[in-house]
Amino acid sequence: MSDGSRDAVIRSAAIRNSALADIAGLRARHPSVFSPGMGGRTVGFLVMAVVVGLLVIAVVRLDFSLVRMLSGIGELGRIVGHMIPPVPHSLPQAMLYLHALAETVAIAFLGTLCGAVLAIPLALMAARNTTINWVVQFFARRSSDTIRSIDQLIWALIWVNVVGLGPFAGLLAVMTSDIGNLSKLFSEAIETADRKPVEGVISTGGTKALAIRFGIMPQVLPVIASQVLYFFESNTRSSTIIGIVGAGGIGLHLAEQIRTLEFQAVAFIILLILAAVMAIDFVSGLLRQSITGKAQLTH
Amino acid sequence: MTYALTRLPDAQLEPLRRAYADAIAAKRRQTTLGGAILVAVIVISAYTAEVQLGTLFKNIGDFFNYFIRLFIFDSGSQAGRPAWTDFAEWFWGLREWLSLLFDTILIAYLATLAGSVCAFFACFLAARNLGPNPLLRGVIKRLFELCRTVPEIVFALIFVVAFGLGPVPGVLAIAIHTIGANGKLFTEVVENIDMKPVEGAIAAGGTWAESIRFAVLPQVLSSFASYALLRFEINVRGASVMGFVGAGGIGQDLIEAIRKFYYTDVSAILLLVMVTVFLIDTGTQQLRHFLLGRDESR
Repeated sequence: MSDGSRDAVIRSAAIRNSALADIAGLRARHPSVFSPGMGGRTVGFLVMAVVVGLLVIAVVRLDFSLVRMLSGIGELGRIVGHMIPPVPHSLPQAMLYLHALAETVAIAFLGTLCGAVLAIPLALMAARNTTINWVVQFFARRSSDTIRSIDQLIWALIWVNVVGLGPFAGLLAVMTSDIGNLSKLFSEAIETADRKPVEGVISTGGTKALAIRFGIMPQVLPVIASQVLYFFESNTRSSTIIGIVGAGGIGLHLAEQIRTLEFQAVAFIILLILAAVMAIDFVSGLLRQSITGKAQLTH
Repeated sequence: MTYALTRLPDAQLEPLRRAYADAIAAKRRQTTLGGAILVAVIVISAYTAEVQLGTLFKNIGDFFNYFIRLFIFDSGSQAGRPAWTDFAEWFWGLREWLSLLFDTILIAYLATLAGSVCAFFACFLAARNLGPNPLLRGVIKRLFELCRTVPEIVFALIFVVAFGLGPVPGVLAIAIHTIGANGKLFTEVVENIDMKPVEGAIAAGGTWAESIRFAVLPQVLSSFASYALLRFEINVRGASVMGFVGAGGIGQDLIEAIRKFYYTDVSAILLLVMVTVFLIDTGTQQLRHFLLGRDESR
């Protein structure tokens, strides 16, 4: 230890000792530090009471019991035991799962792409600075809100009714829920775009369409691209489960293997999903970095 | 006043023109290549995902019809009339649905609470600036990642086998996902704190736990609460579809209504879910603004 730091330690010990020696005086001079006011305590106590009260209601109402938890955990341990080693029954089965995984990635990719393409016009109609009039803006916003409030799995069920079972329904479900989510994010990006390039285009005699094309689009495209990539990642995750309702992809096999208690195959499928998600995250991370890197250079 | 534009002689201009043309051509080549790759990937994906545009165009009417049919009684004495003419008939199951919705909210609440508490205790061990052991830190971060990456419905499917049908597997599945998601966010919050109070606490002889209680908690608690509330909003949506795999809540009735084509039931349940989600979003948003506002006024 160097002399300087030893000095510091000695000094801090000295401060500490003098503070401890005068603890009663400190207490008298700074009462709020030693005992927080009644107001703060009451609020804290009330919050805790509400949190714990709801907890008790939830535990009772949702039928949690110690016996059930313990037997469930035991059962879970057995299931995990059955998962090892995580290999499928046969090679054809493994190939089937790989094909389903490719289907899942295709659903996520095309769903995100179609959703993004359709979200751009909706976002332009919903953004304050590019909309046509307030009626259009109102309806664009409300339809985006409505689409967003319905879960992707429910969209999948609805599309299965329209185009039948299979990955195409899953693609349409991913697309639909992305239209809602992305149009909101896009319209926010458009609203925060700098006005000056737009004014420049208008001042040289450009139309509103030209102002959007050359004034706003160059500003928002990098943001849009990076958001689309982010949604591609998250859709890869969600499209692994869309098959549970019959809309294609690996989810169908996963649900089937769990229901028939084939836990080795289940573990294999989960590992496949994890590998695919990590690979996609990596690739889209690289792409996003190159996009945002470029955007920073042009500024 | 006018400026005379100096114009380079052609001999000097020629290489510049050529360089410009080359740059444009290179850019165009790059764009064409990128476009070609994109088109190829789209075609392969479309083939894999069995895209049938013909079916889509043929049946697109069904899609819009579906939404029209959601609001028209198709059986009983009211057949053919719009649903809003008879609320009692439309929301015939209101009592049961509200009770299931309450279950759904409780599932989300319990899962958010349990998951956030676990994330809370783990995040200090996972944070770069406070974690006592690099190995433990890496293990916890990987665990968070695993909990986040496996979709909650997959956990729910497995837990339904282990714990039986009902809300218990739903709560556990969402709680695990919450540990992963909030664990990551909490860790990031902790990694971004001001370290001076921690140094102060350690210098005054505080232990690791004491430094966290008195130097870290006051800095991070309102962000934690805000993230937990945000997660609660997300979990209410998640809990509303847990019933699809038998893990409790309103999802059970919803998927049954969709599968059995009880159109007006579908619209009634969906409307109830949407209103609930809207109310909870608004409420938690107010709370979060309050929390973050209090944080800034310090």
